[in-house]
Amino acid sequence: MYGFEAMTFNIHGGYLEAIVRGHRSGLLTAADYNNLCQCETLDDIKMHLSATEYGPYLQNEPSPLHTTTIVEKCTLKLVDEYKHMLCQATEPLSTFLEYITYGHMIDNVVLIVTGTLHERDVNELLEKCHPLGMFDSIATLAVAQNMRELYRLVLVDTPLAPYFSECITSEDLDDMNIEIMRNTLYKAYLEDFYRFCKKLGGATAEIMSDLLAFEADRRAVNITINSIGTELTRDDRRKLYSSFGLLYPYGHEELAVCEDIDQVRGVMEKYPPYQSIFAKMSYGESQMLDKAFYEEEVKRECLAFEQQFHYGVFFAYMRLREQEIRNLMWISECVAQNQKSRVHDSVVFIF
Amino acid sequence: MNFLENLPVMDFMRSEKMTFVQLIVPVESAHRAISYLGELGLLQFKDLNDDKSPFQRTFVNQVKRCGEMSRKLRFFKDQISKAGLVVSAHPGMQPDIDLEELEMKLSEHETELIEMNSNSEKLGQAYNELQEFKLVLQKAGSFLVSTKSHAVAEERELDENIYSRDDYVDSASLLDEEMQPGTSNQAGLRFISGIICKAKALSFERMLFRATRGNMFFNQAPAEQHVIDPLSTEVVEKTVFVVFFSGEQAKTKIMKICEAFGANCYPVPEDTTKQRQITREVLSRLSELEATLDAGIRHRNTALSEIGFHLRKWTIRVRKEKAVYDTLNMLNFDVTKKCLVGEGWCPIFAKPQLQEALQRATIDSNSQVGIIFHVMDAVESPPTYFRTNRFTNAYQEIVDAYGVARYQEANPAVYTVMTFPFLFAVMFGDWGHGICLLLGALFLVAREKKLGSQKLGSFLEMAFGGRYVILLMALFSIYCGLIYNEFFSVPFHIFGESAYKCRDTTCSDSHTVGLVKYRDPYPFGVDPSWRGSRTELPFLNSLKMKMSILLGITQMNLGIILSYFNAKFFGSSLDIRYQFIPQLIFLNSLFGYLALLIVIKWCTGSKADLYHVMIYMFLSPTDDLGENELFWGQRPLQILLLLLALVAVPWMLFPKPLILRKLHSERFQGRSYGILGTSEMDSDMEPDSARQHHEEFNFSEVFVHQMIHSIEFVLGAVSNTASYLRLWALSLAHSELSTVFYEKVLLLAWGYENFAIRLVGLLVFAFATAFILLMMETLSAFLHALRLHWVEYQGKFYHGDGYKFGPFSFSSLGDEEE
Repeated sequence: MYGFEAMTFNIHGGYLEAIVRGHRSGLLTAADYNNLCQCETLDDIKMHLSATEYGPYLQNEPSPLHTTTIVEKCTLKLVDEYKHMLCQATEPLSTFLEYITYGHMIDNVVLIVTGTLHERDVNELLEKCHPLGMFDSIATLAVAQNMRELYRLVLVDTPLAPYFSECITSEDLDDMNIEIMRNTLYKAYLEDFYRFCKKLGGATAEIMSDLLAFEADRRAVNITINSIGTELTRDDRRKLYSSFGLLYPYGHEELAVCEDIDQVRGVMEKYPPYQSIFAKMSYGESQMLDKAFYEEEVKRECLAFEQQFHYGVFFAYMRLREQEIRNLMWISECVAQNQKSRVHDSVVFIF
Repeated sequence: MNFLENLPVMDFMRSEKMTFVQLIVPVESAHRAISYLGELGLLQFKDLNDDKSPFQRTFVNQVKRCGEMSRKLRFFKDQISKAGLVVSAHPGMQPDIDLEELEMKLSEHETELIEMNSNSEKLGQAYNELQEFKLVLQKAGSFLVSTKSHAVAEERELDENIYSRDDYVDSASLLDEEMQPGTSNQAGLRFISGIICKAKALSFERMLFRATRGNMFFNQAPAEQHVIDPLSTEVVEKTVFVVFFSGEQAKTKIMKICEAFGANCYPVPEDTTKQRQITREVLSRLSELEATLDAGIRHRNTALSEIGFHLRKWTIRVRKEKAVYDTLNMLNFDVTKKCLVGEGWCPIFAKPQLQEALQRATIDSNSQVGIIFHVMDAVESPPTYFRTNRFTNAYQEIVDAYGVARYQEANPAVYTVMTFPFLFAVMFGDWGHGICLLLGALFLVAREKKLGSQKLGSFLEMAFGGRYVILLMALFSIYCGLIYNEFFSVPFHIFGESAYKCRDTTCSDSHTVGLVKYRDPYPFGVDPSWRGSRTELPFLNSLKMKMSILLGITQMNLGIILSYFNAKFFGSSLDIRYQFIPQLIFLNSLFGYLALLIVIKWCTGSKADLYHVMIYMFLSPTDDLGENELFWGQRPLQILLLLLALVAVPWMLFPKPLILRKLHSERFQGRSYGILGTSEMDSDMEPDSARQHHEEFNFSEVFVHQMIHSIEFVLGAVSNTASYLRLWALSLAHSELSTVFYEKVLLLAWGYENFAIRLVGLLVFAFATAFILLMMETLSAFLHALRLHWVEYQGKFYHGDGYKFGPFSFSSLGDEEE
């Protein structure tokens, strides 16, 4: 019921929205980041984090800490929160929450398949998988030799199955194939998620379509930049772009023919929201692009909390927390490797 | 006025005099000094490093070490509780050990434990694997036999091809070779047997089916007992399976799938004799392992119980150390002088004790330089510290829940000790219920020692904390119950015969016409004959209503008088003249007069209508009172009182802000320092001190504030007096409720001759009394008494904007984390 969410939303969603807003207020603030950036050792980081919501998850870790432990424990906290919310959720919120994890699922599938291709140990790969994207038979992925088998054996049972329809080939798997598969899956996933949010209607549709459109556009730019100088043809490239977003359809036509980063820049500067992102970078530079995109994303996600009675807050919260974990990982790595001068390079302040 | 000047100092009413002190501690004796202060627990440290983050402070490494040690202690505790041992409550009698030594000891114990754990884990894994193997042998063996006989009947040629494992060597290497089913037979039907989690079995089967394109046969049977998974060491339900398949490719696929699903495969020989042989071997290995495991566990348990013996002591020690370092982190570190500078609040009476402790610390740590301890001036107001004992503590908590008293402000808790239980009892007057409450309170008080040391549930915890409040509440309820003459709503002739009797011997018209009075009034409380009479309610209502008003006026006057003592103590004659006096006049000229009328009416037995008197006192004060006149000269008195009340309102509204403005302007224009207090002079003498009084005098703000205050008081005088009527209302509700339960449940049930109905009636009555009257009613009366104290009484004088004295003390650490 468009515009009347206030009347009925709280019946099912009120409790969880309160929960998620409570979680959000536990996100690290700029002051926390300032303190964290001044840390000398990982123990200092642990000590500082023990005063935050991460405290209980880190307090029983023995002292020579590793970056991976910190990240693992922080992720564990996120997963626990997610699981709690999922347990409490009713339809359609539970489906919405499940949609959030599909992205990780795709990443995990790709990780395992690439790993087995390079003959890595499956258990070692499983440890690297994001816990949010786990499903029952994920370890079985190692059995598959080609896409068709992959689909037929394993993925047909997972929620990813419908997204696979476009990339079932009998070709043997190789790096290029897998990367294309990842992007095709992701495209299908984003489009599906977008449709789902549109169907929900109301403020959810409004906010989520904005966030997802940004995600789609960012992927389009990344695909373009990464495929410059590879064998990927223009048509194939265009096929990987999601069919919505600000760049769709004319921007995609232009992106498809780009040959270097400056052309991409030329295309993107025509779109006012992205102008500011590209304006921050000097010509020919693409390293800072990721950070700029992340910053923009965080800004948009923070704005999602300004409205009430919609599901966007769940998506935004999960993304913000993931960004926070990325920040923590970067800070810990910098501290662990004594590269404190670079600590500010990749940290995206959330507030 | 002379009388008021010569009152004794009211020490109970005021919080302890505090003083701001500075400590300059040489580094070598700092730790000892702080821990002695912690034992004493009379100094509240101020955080001088507020701007620094936790890891920039001086003693961060020590804090971290303590954190690490407490982590180890938690690990021990966890291990001990997992092993099912109990931590001894009484700490071992050992001299205090050094922190470094303790740290060494802890890490020693930890490595020892971890080593033992990993050993027993390995053994346990082997043991669990063998358990599983045993199960697989049992279950899969029976499959194989049945398949075989089946196969023999159906297709003989298959029989030759069925996989059999003939090079079985030794059960020790058996687990290593488990993954090599029949290499001798290249083609033909083979099988893999194993065990898998029950939850995964279905999808496992489906996956196998898909991977082999249906060319397999899956057989499963639930393992009847719960199995401990060798890898995750969790107890799970498992299913034994046997997969039959053909071909080398299928084998690798199936093996991979097994691995992916975490299914453990174990080879089972085809031959029944061999099966038996292996089973025997497995069983013997199992019993061997069991013995080793048991020995390991015993060894571990002795180690753990040794730790458990000291655990509590160590935990307390580490916690204290951490607290000491946390406190040291609040001090300023002066590198050049090699000393620490600390500031904090302490009560004045504690100064000698503190000095003595510091001196002891200097001597004990062989320091050359003593610790300097001196009094300083402070800008902010001192913390509030009331010394309480276990009796007054609960009452102080009741007051503190509203707001902690301003420094040296009159403490309402002193009077609350008596007034609170009394007002409660006015609402809860029933000596039967009072006795029940008293028994409960006595139980809590008698078992104080035992209950105090253990952890209670949230409800019992609350009751235990307020046990002395409940005790007094119960005593007062018995007293009020005797006055109301109620015992579970039954009247008793305790203090002699009733003053009334029936008009004739039959007593038939006692409920319609009434009784006659034939002797002196009943000596104490309400006459029992009122019970059940037609005029019972009007009589009791009028009594209780008037009584509530009397109590209310008395308590509010007490509040206003306390505001006088506050003003006098803080030396603010302005507040006395322009706030206390008009307030007293206003309240008493209206409602004090009402109280007077009530008393006169009771004494004289007049039939005057007090409503009428009060209402027409405002509407037409000059009219003749007629039959409502209670005493001579009432009319002029009323006019005088009314005028006084009218004068009192502008009196409390205007003069104070105007005088304040005048003082302010004089202070800056005329440069007259006469008015200013001494504390202001100090700040002039210390120009570099951090205190700067930039008090912007905003007249409109002050005036609005005063206006709000006055209006609140004037309206409050009416509404607060009315608010005290809740005493009557709740008391009425209580007695009516208990009457209903007594008459409509107990007496009704007793009317039947049936035993079962009587029992049910008794049970319902007992439960209703216990839960509704004793618990709910107690709670509601408690809350109303609380409100009367917080709003009606404390609102008259109490600021409650202070902050509590929180000294650094070891004794408060103990119960923090549990």
